[in-house]
Amino acid sequence: MRPRPRSPIALLFVVFALVIMPLTVRQAMAQDRLDAAIEKLLADSYPDTDAAVADIVTSGAPQAAAMLDAMAERRLLFSTTAKSVSYQDAAAKTFDARSGQLIPAPPADAQIVRVNNRLRGTIAAAIGTLTLLSPDPAKRLSAAESVFKSRDAASLPALEAAMAAEKLPNVKRVFASARASVLLASPDADRAQQVAAVATLAERGDQDAMALLQGVAANAASGDVKQAAALAITAVERKLKITGVVQNVYYGLSLGSVLLLAAIGLAITFGVMGVINMAHGEMVMLGAYTTYVVQEVFRGYAPAHFGWSLAVAIPLAFLVSALVGIAIERGIIRFLYGRPLDTLLATWGVSLILQQAVRTIFGSSNKEVGAPSFMSGAFEIFGLSITYGRMWIIIFTLLVFVALLAMLKLTPLGLQMRAVTQNRRMAASMGIRTNWIDAMTFALGSGIAGIAGVALSQIDNVSPNLGQSYIIDSFMVVVFGGVGNLWGTLVSAFALGIANKLLEPFAGAVLGKIFILVALILFVQKRPRGLFALKGRAVEA
Amino acid sequence: MSTLVKPKAEHGKPALTQALLYLDGVSVAFDGFKAINDLSLFILPGEMRAIIGPNGAGKTTMMDIITGKTRPDGGIVYFDGKHDLTKLDEASIADLGIGRKFQKPTVFESQTVADNILLALRGPRDVWSALFGERNAIEPHRIEEILDIVRLTREQKRMAGDLSHGQKQWLEIGMLLAQDPKLLLVDEPVAGMTDSETEETAQLLKRISKDHSVIVVEHDMTFVRALDTRVTCLHEGSVLAEGQIDDVSRNERVIEVYLGR
Amino acid sequence: MILKALGSQPFSVNAAASRIFVGLLLAGLVLVPVLHLAIPEGAPFHLPTYVVALLGKYLCFAILAVALDLVWGYCGILSLGHSAFFALGGYAMGMYLMRQIGTRGVYANPILPDFMVFLNYKELPWFWYGFHSFPFALFMIFFVPGVLSLVFGWLAFRSRVTGVYLSIITQALTYALVLAFFRNDMGLGGNNGLTDFKDILGFTVQASGTRTILCMISIATLLATFLVAQRLVNSTFGKVLIAIRDTESRTRFLGYRVENYKLAVFVVSALMAGVAGALYVPQVGIINPSEFVPANSIEAVIWVAVGGRGTLVGAAAGAFIVNFLKTWFTSGLLAPYWLFVLGTIFVVVPLALPKGVVGALLDRFSTKSTGLKGASAMDEPAGKAAE
Repeated sequence: MRPRPRSPIALLFVVFALVIMPLTVRQAMAQDRLDAAIEKLLADSYPDTDAAVADIVTSGAPQAAAMLDAMAERRLLFSTTAKSVSYQDAAAKTFDARSGQLIPAPPADAQIVRVNNRLRGTIAAAIGTLTLLSPDPAKRLSAAESVFKSRDAASLPALEAAMAAEKLPNVKRVFASARASVLLASPDADRAQQVAAVATLAERGDQDAMALLQGVAANAASGDVKQAAALAITAVERKLKITGVVQNVYYGLSLGSVLLLAAIGLAITFGVMGVINMAHGEMVMLGAYTTYVVQEVFRGYAPAHFGWSLAVAIPLAFLVSALVGIAIERGIIRFLYGRPLDTLLATWGVSLILQQAVRTIFGSSNKEVGAPSFMSGAFEIFGLSITYGRMWIIIFTLLVFVALLAMLKLTPLGLQMRAVTQNRRMAASMGIRTNWIDAMTFALGSGIAGIAGVALSQIDNVSPNLGQSYIIDSFMVVVFGGVGNLWGTLVSAFALGIANKLLEPFAGAVLGKIFILVALILFVQKRPRGLFALKGRAVEA
Repeated sequence: MSTLVKPKAEHGKPALTQALLYLDGVSVAFDGFKAINDLSLFILPGEMRAIIGPNGAGKTTMMDIITGKTRPDGGIVYFDGKHDLTKLDEASIADLGIGRKFQKPTVFESQTVADNILLALRGPRDVWSALFGERNAIEPHRIEEILDIVRLTREQKRMAGDLSHGQKQWLEIGMLLAQDPKLLLVDEPVAGMTDSETEETAQLLKRISKDHSVIVVEHDMTFVRALDTRVTCLHEGSVLAEGQIDDVSRNERVIEVYLGR
Repeated sequence: MILKALGSQPFSVNAAASRIFVGLLLAGLVLVPVLHLAIPEGAPFHLPTYVVALLGKYLCFAILAVALDLVWGYCGILSLGHSAFFALGGYAMGMYLMRQIGTRGVYANPILPDFMVFLNYKELPWFWYGFHSFPFALFMIFFVPGVLSLVFGWLAFRSRVTGVYLSIITQALTYALVLAFFRNDMGLGGNNGLTDFKDILGFTVQASGTRTILCMISIATLLATFLVAQRLVNSTFGKVLIAIRDTESRTRFLGYRVENYKLAVFVVSALMAGVAGALYVPQVGIINPSEFVPANSIEAVIWVAVGGRGTLVGAAAGAFIVNFLKTWFTSGLLAPYWLFVLGTIFVVVPLALPKGVVGALLDRFSTKSTGLKGASAMDEPAGKAAE
C-alpha cells in the first residue's frame, strides 16, 4: 500500500526550516513544533497522531528520528496525567520526548501511542525524509536509494532541497537519479523534465536504471519521453555490457589467480626441473588440511586470536608440503630421473596413498575452514562488486609469485637451482651438490603448493579430493605458458582464467571448461612447447 | 692462400646444377648465439669431405640443418640441385638419400644387430610395407652382406646394446651402408676406437666414397690425414679455410683457432 | 620365416609364454560353458554366476591392457586416454541395449529411454538414430573410437607431442570427455549413464546362457586381440615401433615417418579398447562417465606395468592380477586399504619391477639376457638433456 500523499508544502517547509533558516531561529522553532506534536499525541486519535508526525518532522529536533522509529515500533509512550511523551530505544532505555534526556522510567500510566497501517506508511516516509538530511553521507545515500526504489512523489520537495544542499558529488548523483525516478513515476510531471530525467537515469546506467527505463519505454504517455527512454536503453545496455565484461574479467583474474597458485609450484617441479609430479595436487591438499588443523588449534586454545590463524598456517603449510616433497624426491623420484613416464606412475601412486591417508585420518567429508574477518564481505567500485576474499587471494598470489621470482633470481639457492637445471654436469663439476639442489627445488615447488592450499582452503571445499580437481588444470597452465618459464605460467594462468569466465555466460560453466580444454589440446598441437617456448639446442635434447 | 677456395654465393651459383649438396649463406641462432653464421659449402657427387674445427664451430649444427632437425634462420640448402632441404622434414630428407651417423653412436639398443640393419636397409618405409609388404619380407642375404662388410656377422643375434663402443660405431656405419644414401654424414666415426680400428674405418670410408658422397666430421687429425681428401675448417659458424689437408693445416688462422702451435 | 631366422629368435621364452597363454584361453573357451552350464549348481566344480560375470569383466580389462601395451610397451606412447576409447565403445553398445528396452522401461515409452522421458526430451536426439539396429551399433563401436583416435593422433603425432606432454593432453582429452558426458544435455544419461538393460539380440542379458556366451565371446576376442597384436609386434612394423620407442629421432633420420607409425598403432589400439568396452557393458550392466574418469585411465596403465610392458602376455596377466586383487580387497573388510595397496603398486612397480611380473619371469627363464636395458630403454628421454 502506498503512503498517503502528504502536503508537499509542509515538507517543503521542513526543508526550508532545516536547511535554509539560521540555526538559532531553527532551534527556537523546533521546540515549538515539538511541543505542538506532543500535545497532539496526547489526544490519542489517529488524525491527531498523523498531524503530530508532520510536526515532529518539521521540528527538526535531534531526537525526531528516534521518536519516529519508536512510534513505528510501538515504543512511543504518552501519559495523560504527566502530560508528557516518552520513548524507549531498542535497548529499552527511556527518554523524555521533549528534552531528549534519559529518564529512569516512563510515567506509571504511560500508554503506547497507537499506530495503524496508514500511519505506518506516513512514519516510514517521514523517516525517509529525515534521513535525506542526515549528517552521515552513508545514511543520506541509502535514503536516496530508497526513494529511488519507492518513487514516492511526496518525497520530491525534500529530495530537491537535499540535493541543493548536497556537497558530495557521488551522493548528489544518487539524489539526481532518485529525483529522476520519482519524476518518471509521477503522471503529472512536466514532459521536458521527464526527458531530462531519462537522461539522468541513462547516466546512472546500472541494472536498476535499466529496469526503470524499460518501464518508461513501455508505459510512458508521451512519445518523446518514450523515444528518449528507448535511446537511453541502448546506451545503458552498452554500458551494462561493458561492466559485465569487466566484471567477468575480474572473476577471470580471480580464477586465474587460483590457477596460478595451483600451478606455480608445478612450474618449478615440472617446468624448471622437468619432473612430472602427479601428486602435486595432494601437496595443495596437504596445505589446506594444515590450515584446517591450525584453525582447530586456534579454536580450541586461542579463539580470540583466530584472525591470525592463516598467518600461522602459511609457513606451516609450506613446511609440511615441502617435507613431504623432499620425502617423495629422495624416496622415489631420484631413482627415476630420465624415466618420466615411470615418474608419472610412481607419483600417481603417491597421490593415491596421500589421499587415502588423509581420508583415513580426517574422514572423507568436507572440513570447515573459516575465514578471518578481513577476508569476508565485499565492496563495490565502478559498478563491480568485489569480495575481499577473492581480492586478497589475487594479491596473495601475486606476492607469492614475486617472492618466488626474487628467490630464484637473487638468492644463492636460486642461482644454484638455475645452474643445475641448465647444465647439470657443469654445475656438479663446479662443486654444486646437485642431489641436494634437486631435493631443495622439489621441496620449494611442493612447499609453494602447500601455500596454495592455504589460500584455496578459503574458497574451495577442503576434502581429500581437493588436489585432484586442480591437477589437470595446473598441468595445462604450465604447458600452455611454456615449460620452464615462470612469466609464461603467470600469463597463461590469467589468460585461461579470463577466457574461462568470458566463455561462461555463453556456454555455461561445464561447457566453457570443455571448450577451454579442447582449445588447449589443439594449442599444444600447434605449439608443443607452449606460449613462451625456450629455443635452442638444450631444449631439443 | 691461392689454393684455398672459399665459395661465395656468386661463384657457387653454377654449382647449383652440379653440386650434390649446396649450402649458401646459411645462418641459425639459438637465443642470440649464432651457431651457424653465413655458412657456404658445396659437395660434389662422389666427393669425400672432411670437416674439422674447434668445439662450437657449428659442425653438428650444420648436420642438423642438412638432415632437417634444425631449421635455419636464413640461407639456402639444396640437395641434388632441386630439393630445398629447409622445407623438408627428417624422414623426407632421409628418403632423398641423406644418411647420418651420430656423434654418439645411436643404434637401437634393445634390438638385435641384424634387426638394426634390417630397419636401415634401403627400401619402402611406409606402414603398409612394414606390415604386409616388401619391408616385412626383406631378403636375409642383403643383411648378411652388410654385416660382412662391417664385420658383425658373428654378432648378428646379439642385442645392439650389448656391443662394445667400437662395434656400435661400426654397426652405425653398417646402417648407413644399408641405407645406401647418396650422401653420408658421418659425425666423429672413430671416437673411442683403437688405432687399428681407426685405420680400418678410414679404409672403409674411402671405399664407400667411391660411389657415394661423404662428409666426415672428425677431430682426429691422423684419421683426417688417412682419409686423404679435401678438408674444410669451420670456425664460429662459417668456413675458415678449405683445401687439401696440408694447405689447411699450414693456414695461420687454422693453426691459431684450432690446431695450435 | 626369413625374419625368424634372422633375429626374432632370442625370444623363444616369449614364444613359449604366448603359447601357454593361448592354451589357457582355449581351455577357458571350453571350460566356462561346461563348468557353468553343464555342471549343476551346488555340485563341485560348478562355476557360479558371479565368477562368470567377474571373469567376463577381467577379460575385457585384459583386452584393454593388451591395447595399451601395444602403444605404451612397444611404441612408448603413454596414453592416459584409453579408458575414453573403452567407454566410447561401451556407450555405443549401451545405446543399442537402451533401444532394446522399448516399452519395458519405467515410463514405457517405445522410443525414448527412461532418462530422456525423465528429462522431458520430446524426441530422440539425432545421434541415437540407428542404434536400434545391432549391425549399426557394431559399426559405431569401431567407428567412434576409431575416428576420435585418428583425429587426435593425427594432430598430436604430426606436431610431435611426445612423452609426458602426450600423456597430459590425453588425460586432458579424457577429462573433457568425462565433463561432457556428465552433462544431462549431452543426451547420454548424464551422471547415471546407461543402465537397466533387458536383452541383447533377443537374449536376456542376465540369463546364465547369455552370460556364458558373452564370457566366451570375451575370451575369443581377447585371443583375437592378442594374436593380432602379436602379429603386429613380430612384423617389421613392430620393430619400427620399438625403434621409435627407444630412439625416435634416430628412426626419423632413417627415413621412417614416425607419425604414421604412431598413428597406425594408436588407432588399432583405440579400436581394441572400444571393442573391450562394448563387451564390458552388457556383462556389467551399466556404463556411466565415472567409468572413464582420468583416475581409471591411469589404473589401466598400471595393469600393463604390473604384468610387464612390452610383453603382450604380461599386459593381459597384469589386468587379471590387479583386478583380482582389487575384487578381493574391496569386497572384504580390507576395502579401506585398497587405495593404499594400489598406490603402493604404482610406486613399487616402476622402482623395483620395471619389467613387470611376466617380464621378470621371462628374464629368469631365458638363458641369455634379452638385452632390454632396464626400463630406461622404455622411456623417450625427455626434459633432462640426454645428448
